[in-house]
Amino acid sequence: MTAYEKLKAARASDRPKGSDFVRGLFRDRVELCGDRRYGEDPSIVAGIGYLGDRAVTYIAIDKGADMADRMKKHFGCPMPEGYRKALRLMKQAEKFHRPVICLIDTLGAYCGAEGEERGQGLAIAENLTEMMGLRTPILSVVIGEGGSGGALALGVADRVYMLENAVYSVITPDGCASIIWKDAGRVQDAAECLHITAEDMVSFGVAEGIIREDFGAFDRMCGQMRTLLSRDLGVLCARPVKRLLAERYRRFRRIGIYEESEAIEH
Amino acid sequence: MRNPFRHLPQGRPFGNEEYELTCPSCRTVHRRSELLTSGFFCPSCGAMLRIPARDRIRLLADEGSFAELNAGISSLDFLGFPGYREKIDKARAATGERSAVVTGVMRVEGQPCAVYAMDARFIMASMGAAVGEKITRLFEYATKMRLPVLGVTCSGGARMQEGIVSLMQMAKCSGAVRRHGDNGLLYMVLLTDPTTGGVTASIAMQGDIILAEPGALVGFAGRRVIEQTTGATLPPDFQTSEFLQNHGFVDMLLPRAEQKKTIGLLLRQHGKEAAV
Repeated sequence: MTAYEKLKAARASDRPKGSDFVRGLFRDRVELCGDRRYGEDPSIVAGIGYLGDRAVTYIAIDKGADMADRMKKHFGCPMPEGYRKALRLMKQAEKFHRPVICLIDTLGAYCGAEGEERGQGLAIAENLTEMMGLRTPILSVVIGEGGSGGALALGVADRVYMLENAVYSVITPDGCASIIWKDAGRVQDAAECLHITAEDMVSFGVAEGIIREDFGAFDRMCGQMRTLLSRDLGVLCARPVKRLLAERYRRFRRIGIYEESEAIEH
Repeated sequence: MRNPFRHLPQGRPFGNEEYELTCPSCRTVHRRSELLTSGFFCPSCGAMLRIPARDRIRLLADEGSFAELNAGISSLDFLGFPGYREKIDKARAATGERSAVVTGVMRVEGQPCAVYAMDARFIMASMGAAVGEKITRLFEYATKMRLPVLGVTCSGGARMQEGIVSLMQMAKCSGAVRRHGDNGLLYMVLLTDPTTGGVTASIAMQGDIILAEPGALVGFAGRRVIEQTTGATLPPDFQTSEFLQNHGFVDMLLPRAEQKKTIGLLLRQHGKEAAV
């Protein structure tokens, strides 16, 4: 599949959503709401449940099932209070030594006046620094769209996985096409140029692995995901916190391609 | 206090080369020498102009105190993104810089600090791998040397021509900011026009103290994008420094004439002698 075909697959309305993965992956769940600051953002579905035998905190971006649900969840574009709710539950997980599992599926953070008034930039920025220092393991899976800073705000993890046709991008290919070519119709070209596929993420060191999609046998697929994530948590939970944080730091520290020369004559 | 400036290579301290800036308000072209005298307000119409990074540092630093770090890092077109190579070459030729940020150490009113200043003339000071690496190294250096950091931000956001690698710079820098803070060190931000997108959603909002130039545009999503997607009519002061302060996101509006004195005072309050 081309990058654009994957983008379309990642956005398909019949693709399983965050809530579907929450139901498929975690049992004996209790959903928790609110950021304790301003409000409750239904675009982020979060709580405590069991991954196999292990209690975990799950945080999933949910695009919504039908039109009414999608409107309520502003199409999976979280508000600042959504990111603050996620952070509150991550801090709670840290207190009780529970690992955190984030499921990412968003076009990007909510883009609107209310978001700006309530500090969308700050909300994301705080998640980045807090996740960098969170003293419990974090796993993130991009299950559909990984849209820019709004996805990264749940993506500062010890390991990141991509679903086979999930995409992860610094800007939506649509937005990129509008800026570069002043033509949103050139989204196919933009999707190629931006390198947004799961394979690209592995090659840049942005993701550790790719999870095969089998939505026809969704329960079985979730079972395989559970095995993968449980195995990782087994390793990460046994690690001293100091080493866990040092490796999380290094995981992001090494990403970057640039030129370096000593001569600075002009 | 240890001398943070020892063993530093002496980089190009300040751009002495002449450049010109066009006032976006009245379109008059001014030479650098005129602008240094006017404090980068348009001598013709009084509009506030964006200050190139090296001169921004010059206006804040005690004379002769700035030493540059990691000047040799520059951007690469590693994705072969259409037009990017040309954009880099053009920006380098126009500014004499190798990347969109200048980093180093300086003294302000006698107080030592690490500093980064972003340069809007260089591809809108968007944050790619070169900018991310330089800022990360600066925070790591400041952590090692136990120096506070002053960041002067202005940016169009992440550099899309570097794809996902540019997005990851937000996380990379955030890690270095976090480590610096965990060591009890001060990070101060001065928001300048325009600070937007991924930079707002990372380093610009992570300061212990956030200062802003009056009238600067500071926001996450672009005004036009918000108007187009939501159909909302936005107030004229939307996403200005004043708007941010009214909503509780900025400590203080700091006009250019007062910056050096106030930043120097804040550095002194957090310096070694403050604890005595």
